[in-house]
Amino acid sequence: MKIMKRKKFIRKATPYFFISPWIIGFLVFTIGPLILSLIMSFFDWPLTTEPVFRGFGNYIEMFTKDAQFWKSLRISLKYAAIFVPLNMGIALFLAMLITQPVRGVKVFRTIFYIPAVISGVAVSIIWGWILNGDYGALNYLLSLIGIEGPRWLVDPAWALFAVILASAFGVGTMMLIFYTNIKSIPITVYEAASLDGASPARQFFSITLPIITPTILFNLITSIIGSFQQVTLVMLLTGGGPLKSTYFYGLYTYNNAFKHHKLGYASANAWVMFIIILILTALVFKSSSTWVFYEAEAKKENKKRRGGKK
Amino acid sequence: MKMSRKTKAIIYILLTVIAVYFLAPFVYMFFTTFKTEAEAIAYPPKLLPSKWLFENFVNAWKSQPFGTYLKNSILVTVLTTTGQILSCSLVAYGFAKFEFKGKNILFMILLSTMMIPWDVTMIPQYMEFNMFGWINTLKPLIIPAWFGSAYYIFLMRQFLMGVPKDFEEAARIDGANSFQIYWKIYMPILKPSLILVGVLNMISVWNDYLGPLIFLQERSKYTLALGLAAFKGVHSTRIIPMLCITVIMIIPPIIAFIVAQKYIVEGTSGSIK
Repeated sequence: MKIMKRKKFIRKATPYFFISPWIIGFLVFTIGPLILSLIMSFFDWPLTTEPVFRGFGNYIEMFTKDAQFWKSLRISLKYAAIFVPLNMGIALFLAMLITQPVRGVKVFRTIFYIPAVISGVAVSIIWGWILNGDYGALNYLLSLIGIEGPRWLVDPAWALFAVILASAFGVGTMMLIFYTNIKSIPITVYEAASLDGASPARQFFSITLPIITPTILFNLITSIIGSFQQVTLVMLLTGGGPLKSTYFYGLYTYNNAFKHHKLGYASANAWVMFIIILILTALVFKSSSTWVFYEAEAKKENKKRRGGKK
Repeated sequence: MKMSRKTKAIIYILLTVIAVYFLAPFVYMFFTTFKTEAEAIAYPPKLLPSKWLFENFVNAWKSQPFGTYLKNSILVTVLTTTGQILSCSLVAYGFAKFEFKGKNILFMILLSTMMIPWDVTMIPQYMEFNMFGWINTLKPLIIPAWFGSAYYIFLMRQFLMGVPKDFEEAARIDGANSFQIYWKIYMPILKPSLILVGVLNMISVWNDYLGPLIFLQERSKYTLALGLAAFKGVHSTRIIPMLCITVIMIIPPIIAFIVAQKYIVEGTSGSIK
């Protein structure tokens, strides 16, 4: 009897044993800090002295008294609004190129992806050097075709664009996700369309694009989240300047915490970012029912329709 | 599908132009590392150095304790990768091959943790690690990796879901327990997924800047990424040593990617299904 019970217990406990590393990690490194962060956001929490409760004080200060909060929020939104569609457009274009049935195309796939595997530190050094206004290679190349390049990193009007240029260097990650999706579309679908006289453009808009809409949704959400968290590149490429024109929201939060040691205030900053991300994601998801096409659902619909006709 | 010669030519031209855009900065940087400092900031710039100064690399390496930084980077990379491979495969096996109470809810929670911005957890994590006495050690960078990472667990679970249960049934009849089945049967099958997660983790840990920036204080603890950024902060006008170290730093992830490319491409396609 006892042995049976023990065996039953072991059988029931086994799956929890296997997932226990994640559960412990989740409690200690994710949910614990998450709750602590929420609590801290209601405190004045300096690094060295005792924390003082101030209710919604941090949030009220942020929204009503801190002009930099609104400025940084606007900069990050602007960056996301330009970078996300641009990056996705380029990624999709490159993915279409490297799925063409021509010889040696895999070599290009490798080359396009390489910039995506190098560190943000390296990217910032490389682009800081290429974009330099005095001896930078980019302005030299522009001068060859008669354009006088701007002082990218020193001119507040151009610095944000310089950051976008440098971040788009890592377009390979997204390209690869589109690429594997497009590759998985059976070639027979295109052959049939081709026989029916559909042009390549028509094939792209009527076959490829609808099939990859779930991937577009995935990429859209991950890149919105990613662009709000962009810190490394601005920290090292522009340092938030010139004149705070690239003082991204992530950098603002980081500096409030680790430069000005306002841990409570920075926690409130981070929670506002989290809520904005959640709202944006929810909006994208909500809109997705009108433009994302799921194969499994379509099949079900077809079955229903066919069943109805009988 | 047939393609006209004209279309093919256009495709090759596009591919080449874009490849030049992606490669040119690397090639130009590589040649510049052999130049003199004056030549590097000369205008108009020249592609090739007039004299090849190979000693630039040695001088750059000696100018800071880059050897120590490299040692720290290797230590963190190796230990986190080992930790991720072991913990993520355990957890993925638990989610993929067992039925248990709360499984679906727990898996949903796991997926939703990927949405939490790091900015929200970094501040309390800093305090937590401070309490543990881990600040200014490599522990905050290494130990969390031994408790799995949502995205990697998800990738491995997807892979395991595609493996039929027939494999383990024979072993069960022979009296093997669940842990033996995990270790002797599923780990070998998981190999492509283990390589994928291993390489993705190696690249991201090797490249990480913010983690080391927050948790490390003394130079003797710096990783290569942090050391290079610190060097840039102080000696931003010394372009040659900065580019030399950059070249050294980007070689390992590029090699890792090229070697494991097949697994990364296949793994990406597995994750979108």
